[in-house]
Amino acid sequence: MPPQPPAPPPASGPAPGASAPSVSAEDLVLDGRLRIEDLVDRAGLDELCKSFVTLFGIPVRIYSSEGAMLADAGGELEVCAYVNTLAEGRKACAGVVGRVRAQDPGDAGDVPLPCFTGAGYRVMALEYDGRRIGRLIVGPFLPPTTTDAPASLLTLDGGLDPARAKTLVLKMPRAKADTVTRIAAHLRSALDLILFSGHKAHVTSAMHLASVRESYRQLEDKTSRLQEAFDRLKELDRLKSNFLATVSHELRTPLTSIIGYSEMLAEGLAGELSAEQADFVKTIHDKGDQLLSLIMGLLDLSKLESGTMRMAPQGIRVEAVLQEVVSTLTPTARKKGVKLVLEVGSQLGELRADPERLRQVFLNLVENALKFTPAAGSVTLQARMSEGGAPGGGDDDDDDGLTLLAPTRARLEVRVVDTGIGIPAREKPKVFDAFYQVDSSSTREYGGTGLGLSIVKRLVEAHAGTIGIEDNQPRGTVFVVSLPQATPADAPPTS
Amino acid sequence: MQINFGGREIALKLVYYGPALSGKTTNLRSLHQLTSDESRGRLMTLETKDDRTLFFDMLPLTLRAQGAAASGGAGMTLRIKIYTVPGQVLHASTRRLVLQGADGIAFIADSQTSETEHNAASFLDLRRNLKELSLSLKTLPVVIQFNKRDLPQVRSDAEIAALASRGREPVFNASAVNGSGVLETFFGLLHITWTRLDAEHHLAPMLGVETGALLPMAARQLGLATDVATLLSACVGGDLGARAPV
Repeated sequence: MPPQPPAPPPASGPAPGASAPSVSAEDLVLDGRLRIEDLVDRAGLDELCKSFVTLFGIPVRIYSSEGAMLADAGGELEVCAYVNTLAEGRKACAGVVGRVRAQDPGDAGDVPLPCFTGAGYRVMALEYDGRRIGRLIVGPFLPPTTTDAPASLLTLDGGLDPARAKTLVLKMPRAKADTVTRIAAHLRSALDLILFSGHKAHVTSAMHLASVRESYRQLEDKTSRLQEAFDRLKELDRLKSNFLATVSHELRTPLTSIIGYSEMLAEGLAGELSAEQADFVKTIHDKGDQLLSLIMGLLDLSKLESGTMRMAPQGIRVEAVLQEVVSTLTPTARKKGVKLVLEVGSQLGELRADPERLRQVFLNLVENALKFTPAAGSVTLQARMSEGGAPGGGDDDDDDGLTLLAPTRARLEVRVVDTGIGIPAREKPKVFDAFYQVDSSSTREYGGTGLGLSIVKRLVEAHAGTIGIEDNQPRGTVFVVSLPQATPADAPPTS
Repeated sequence: MQINFGGREIALKLVYYGPALSGKTTNLRSLHQLTSDESRGRLMTLETKDDRTLFFDMLPLTLRAQGAAASGGAGMTLRIKIYTVPGQVLHASTRRLVLQGADGIAFIADSQTSETEHNAASFLDLRRNLKELSLSLKTLPVVIQFNKRDLPQVRSDAEIAALASRGREPVFNASAVNGSGVLETFFGLLHITWTRLDAEHHLAPMLGVETGALLPMAARQLGLATDVATLLSACVGGDLGARAPV
């Protein structure tokens, strides 16, 4: 490091390297910039000086290195007050005080200064950590041997009363030079201790702050790196959704042909088929249909994820949708020996929703319920108005502050209740994830792609609704779909 | 290092680094006890809890070049601040703060065989922190102290000497709790730090001392009875460079 210009601020410039801490321990220790007034409480300093005056009777003053008075104890002596009533005296006194205040303590750190009253001052250096940080001024005090007022006082012009002056001079505090040295040494060591304590407290708190700042800086660093990684992942996710949409679309086109031609074959458009041929063609057709619904599911999901799903909301009555779902699935239920029931409450309002999408939601939920409910069980669809707050989902926090937080708009609640195998508590948060299966083993009992519920959830949310899961007692699952009721103020249909 | 012409001062910063509980603070306490209060200030120990250093310890030493007054103010004051870092792993940010601007480092290792890995981990931590501060062990003067030689289950003298002879850094043995090896380590560090800084910045004429006279001057002002050559001869290995003439 090249030599710096005089009195540079210690290493406080920008640190090398972008990630280096911005504060050094040097700064914290205030090296080279220690000031009495930063380390000591002013009132405390005053008290310390006063206690010395009380003990020894000699006035004491403390000045900072810049010359500001930090403590003044002892007040004005009677003789000084008297002298100051005379014009000449005032002038002489101001001269002495000026000299004392301007006096440098010199190399030895201790300089005596006489006063015209015969008394004297001592100007001493205050040091801390090997550096001068201020001055201590002791006096005025008389040498112990003084018996008379000096000529310098008595010859003052302007009506001085010599007898009074002498009386007042002899009342001044007296001390031997070495006594003053000892007193000053004691005061200085007491002050040094106080400065050290103040310094230490200062460094501790500064260090604490700097450590916190440094930790914060590191955290910020880490957070921004995580944010970058997160943004990158989000972009990848978007690309994945796009890819999914494209691929689904491309798969659907040839599949439509496969289904169409197998349908034509089955209908005998290309000639009569044997029973076995008809059976094979039906399998091709069924599997093609299954594949198509899977691809449609993927397409829906990617549209919902990318927010490009088109909705055609209109005023609808939910009972009509539910009725349609029940009649569609009644044959399936009957075949499985499961009872499918629809319970519709009174005074259900109108919803603003896409009827096709809503049908998809409940078709999916009921199909799911049927799938997981064994024979002799039941699946019940219940629709009613909900007065409560946030619906289902079993989140206990939802009960807090219901008065304030309950939606201002009435909600319609549809519950799909089954008596099936139920969903373990730890699985509940995950069942709405795309591709998730509670039983993901390759030999699982129940089929499906794992797309249904994730599509359902996104469709419900696209209708400003919520979906949650509750347990059915003694067994089974309840899916609770809550949808906001339409109000006259509802905006005209949007895409 | 800072040079303050206005204040007629040159300031050096030495840092005692090492794993938790290796005796860094004990080194400073011993150094404080072994030196006279003419030249050293109070040992500032910041907020220790269960005898563990939370922030750092700091011992200031002030050496006044003798020529100062006689040569009409040609000499300057050399202020040496010795810091310890908190060894516990969680105080990483504090360690980096303390390390900033270091002129020399004493690495206080624990001689106990069970602590070998902690020594290594702390040394790697030192290297990492220096790198973040754009400093390097290649250019920074470093001495290594094997502390706690008084304990049982420590690595043998022969083992340490063998290791030291292969390494670059000067190595000292110590038992800081008894004060042994403490001055030796400090003077070893002061020696290589001064040699390096003086060669780079020609500090000796600025300070008003002969290059080789600084260490004896320090020993004198710190009130030591042992001469510098004896202290430096305690080095058990590594490269201490040219021995200071006494």
